[in-house]
This record gives sequence, C-alpha cells and structure tokens, in this order.
Amino acid sequence: MENKIDLKFKELEKKKKKAFIAFITAGDPNLSVTEKLVLAFEKAGVDIVELGVPFSDPLADGPTIQAASQRALKKHVNLESILAVVKRIRQRSQIPIALMTYYNPVFHYGEDRFTAKAKASGVDGLIIPDLPPEEGHNLIRAARQDGLATVFFLSPTTTSERMRRVAKSSTGFIYYVSLTGVTGARRQLPGTLRRQVELAKRFTRKPVCVGFGVSTPAQIRAVAAAADGVIVGSAIVNAIAKQKNSKNLVQHVSSFVQHLAGSLH
Amino acid sequence: MSLPDKQGHFGEFGGKYVPETLMALLEELEKVFRAARRDKSFQRELAYYLNEYAGRPTSLYLAERLNRHLKTLKVYLKREDLLHTGAHKINNTLGQVLLAKRMKKTRIIAETGAGQHGVATATAAAFMGLHCEVYMGSEDIERQALNVDRMKLLGAKVVPVTSGSQTLKDAMNEAIRDWVTNVRNTFYIIGSVAGPHPYPLMVREFQSIIGKEARRQFLAKEKRLPDYLVACVGGGSNAMGLFHAFFNDKHTKMIGVEAAGLGLATGHHAATLMKGDIGVLHGSKSNILETKDGQIKVAHSIAAGLDYPGVGPEHAYYKKIGRAGYVSVTDKKALEGLRLLSRTEGIIPALETAHAISYLERLARKAPRNSRVIVCLSGRGDKDMGSIKGLIK
Repeated sequence: MENKIDLKFKELEKKKKKAFIAFITAGDPNLSVTEKLVLAFEKAGVDIVELGVPFSDPLADGPTIQAASQRALKKHVNLESILAVVKRIRQRSQIPIALMTYYNPVFHYGEDRFTAKAKASGVDGLIIPDLPPEEGHNLIRAARQDGLATVFFLSPTTTSERMRRVAKSSTGFIYYVSLTGVTGARRQLPGTLRRQVELAKRFTRKPVCVGFGVSTPAQIRAVAAAADGVIVGSAIVNAIAKQKNSKNLVQHVSSFVQHLAGSLH
Repeated sequence: MSLPDKQGHFGEFGGKYVPETLMALLEELEKVFRAARRDKSFQRELAYYLNEYAGRPTSLYLAERLNRHLKTLKVYLKREDLLHTGAHKINNTLGQVLLAKRMKKTRIIAETGAGQHGVATATAAAFMGLHCEVYMGSEDIERQALNVDRMKLLGAKVVPVTSGSQTLKDAMNEAIRDWVTNVRNTFYIIGSVAGPHPYPLMVREFQSIIGKEARRQFLAKEKRLPDYLVACVGGGSNAMGLFHAFFNDKHTKMIGVEAAGLGLATGHHAATLMKGDIGVLHGSKSNILETKDGQIKVAHSIAAGLDYPGVGPEHAYYKKIGRAGYVSVTDKKALEGLRLLSRTEGIIPALETAHAISYLERLARKAPRNSRVIVCLSGRGDKDMGSIKGLIK
C-alpha cells in the first residue's frame, strides 16, 4: 500500500496545489484535545499533520514549542500514549500524520519496535530534527521495512554535497528550514529564501516543504511560491496556548488554522 | 585503529546528533582542526600561550602529608589548579579560541556549570579581543557567584538560563540554540569531551597535555609508570586529559570518580556511567540519565561542574571495553575530601576535584601497599567558598 504522504502529494500535484502542514505538540494541553484538533484540522483544510512528541531538551525549538513540550510532559505524555491517540484518530480520519520526535525517546524505545508500532497505529512518516541521515541508518532501515516515510532536513547552511545525500535519504518530503535558528514565529523570513528553495529543488524531484518561522498568510503565500508545501508550527501552538483554558479551544484554533490554510487553497 | 573513526564514533558511542543547520559547520570545524593539528605554526602558537600565559607545565607534586594520612598509597597531584584561571579548562579554551580565529569567527559562546569553563572562555576571548557570551543555569549563577563576577569583569556577558533544571544541561541547550541561530559568525567553545563530533576529539586533544606531561614527569621521578590514575568525571574533560596518554600502558589502571550526590539509591546523583543508559544527549551517543520514557533526567551534585546527566562518549567507550573503571562519591564524602586536602596539604581543591580526593581513602583500603597514584587536581576551590559556607567545620 502506498504511503499516505506520497498519495497526498500526488493528489495535490494533480490539482496544482501546495501542501499545508500543521504542527501541534501531542498532549498540549492534553491528548484528548490533540485528538479533536487533528480531526478538526482535516476539515479546516490541513493536508498533513505533524504531531510533535514532547521532549525534555528540545534543542531545535524556540520558547513557544519548548513551553508546549513542558505542558505536555506534565501530563505524562509518552510515545505509547501518543501512538494510542493516532490509532484512535485512524478510526475516523485518513489524514497523513508525521511524528516529529527527538531521537532519544525513539532510541530508548527501540527503533524496530518503534517503527512497527508506529505503522500499526497509523503513523505515516517520521521527522527527527537531531538525527541527520549519517546517524540514521538503523532508523531508515526500520522505517523502510514498515513503509514509514523518513523526512530529513535541508537548511540555508547545507552544502550542495550534503543536499544530494539528504535528498536521497528523505522520503515523503524534504523539510527545508527557512532560516538559521530555532522554531518560532518570525515577523520576517530571510529575503534569500525563495532562491535557496529553488536551489534545493534542483537536487531532487521529491516535494520540498518549508518550515520554521512561517506564521502569517502573507508568509505562507510567499513561501508556497517556491516550495511544494508550507509547515506552520509555533503560530498554531501559540493559538493553543492562548486558548488553553477555554471550552472552545478546538473551535478557535481550527478556525485560525482554516484561515492560514485558506491562504493556500 | 585510532578513535574516533571518521564519523566521530568511539565504538557505538559519539557521532553527530545535531540539527542540519550545524552539520556543514561541524564538517568545516573538523577540517580546520585537523589542519591545525598538523600545522607546526599553530602548535607553536598554542604551546607559547600555554607556557607563557597559562603557566604550563604544571607540577606533579608528591603529596607526602596526604600520603601519611592515607598510609598505603604514594599519591602525586597533577597541579592543574595552578594554571591561570584556576583549573584545567584553560588548556582547551586557548586551543579552541585559536581555531575560532582561524575560522574568522567574531563571536564566542560557551556553556558553563561551575563557571570554570566560563571563566576560561571569557579569559581566552578577552585576550583575543573576541565578543563572548556564556550561558549559565540560574541555579549555578547563585552557587558560583564568584565566577559570575569574574566573567563579567573579563568582559563576557553571562546569560542566565531559567529553563528546565537551571543547571549545566539547560545551559548547553541554550548555547546550542544560540549556535544554530548565529552559526555564521559564532564559535561555540564546548568545555568538555562531550557534544557532537569533532568536539570530543578536539577537547581531548587540547586536554591530553595533562596526561602527556604527567606521564613524562612520573617516569622521571619514579622510573616506572603509575599503578592508578584518578580523576573526577562530569562531562569528563580533566579525566580524559589525564587518561588518554596512558591508554596503551596496560598496567596503569584508570578510575573516573562520578558524583553520587545524595546517594546512588536516592536517584539524586550525576553518576551517568554507573547508573545511566545508552542514549543521545547534546549531539552524541553516550551514557545518559533518563526516565523510562527516554526523557532526560535532572542530575544532582553539590559540585556544579559534575551536575550533568550526560558524559563524554569516549568515557562510555572506555567503560565498555573495560579500559577504565568508574566509581562514585557522595556530596558528603566530597566535602570530607575537600577538608582532607586542605588540612594535609594546604591545597583547597574545587568541589569537583574533591570527589577524586575523597575516593583515595577508599582506594587506600583496597589497593596493594605502596601503589603509585596520579590524581588530577583539576581545579582550585576558591569559587566554592560561598556555597560551602556552613557545610565545613
């Protein structure tokens, strides 16, 4: 069976559309809200969900996602409980889901055991920001066996020689980091971004999606002009944080997400 | 084969587990480092500063009164505490700051626990005229206030880190985030044999002068090799600095002393090698303290420089192949060690180093009579006077 992320990009390509990818931290503010958010996101026009596994030391993340991780960890969220939520989501939705996790929880769980369980739960891809392809042989092998996509990163500092290597190891899509820095909404993205994404696309025919800093409809449109998809994280996580005590959290956040996704479609 | 291998692995340990943004820089750093290693003019310059500025070589001092107390051991102290800034850390920061200059970086960042590496970095940056920012956990800022003032006086900006445990682990997270952001103009001076490749190799190389000197000095004095090497281990830079030159001296046993904090059974300790699992933290695979979910645990030690839930990958390798043994000493015993060396030799060691001193009492009970020992006296204790007030009678 073909991977749901690949199918999604084929479908979008036919429609000449770009992917809107929404990131949230699983368990922020709790796992039952996470489940509802993912289901609501599908209706709000999200193409792929990037579900973040909270980690104690998220060194690629800025304050927004650090705080979300802390909130989720206080609820004792872990890989098991997150995979259980994905399984529940799968009973009602086939939206492609990529898990974003730091490497240690996966290594500790056991790579083969993890990819098998993730696949069985309905996960489609893995995004691991502190695992470059050079250290990823075992994970790549395990993920291939279970039909999971392995999304690796390119950044403004990546050399052409590395671009080839990263593109070759990536499946599903390639995650292009818009700027040198950590995650977090930015008022402005680098002026050179478009040229850099175009350069990266010369090394691969796989979809290239841009994330880090992207937070407004104008930025989303600008990025989508060059990329195959746009990833928004901190802006959505901020919206969740603002609503964390509200009964209408899911409604408010998904209408915000609909507004963002709408700028693409 | 000499380790690490090309990818920075010591057996299954080490490697580069970092965000993509840093990968190209690490490759460049490794090239610059390897070229500098072969470059006689770089080596001459570094040796000049180590000797004329930092005060090398340090003495290998026979601690006769300490030995009278211990009865069965003949202990020599490798006096890294006599170096400029008061600890071995300067060996590494001088080396790395010269590399930073070669790479034309204008800004230096560092993490620090006890503040010794922060001071050594601020010092090296000051005399090279580079801008310097040091990340330090707010808990450590409180317990190592003297070093904070020293860094400020040296012109460095001390950035308090209030996330997580507010100690060394979180300071390193923040430093890495800064580095990812400012990678083009910033050089990150890591203070231990930890972090992504090539740092464990590079820091070992700059610190291995401790062991090279000690080995030569010991041979001259004793006409033989020592039976034991003893050093405290947090990240493990002073221990690796002492151990490495003796790697092939099969009869010299190496003992790394970790911080047992409130006791290994309490869970409040920093004994990563004794009690940790294999895992990935701050860029390399090594032993770490973690929860059942693979989250990093908060370590505990009275010594800020040992208060870290990870350890350099080469130590994990030494342990795995049995080349070094690792033991631990509690906060309480470390304070006794501090008092012992102060009273017998008139040397106040750093709280970190006091763990190694304390272990000698245990070694004295089990080692063969008249065993020869080198202890790395990694730093002096002035910095700890505030935090141990009231704890020592």
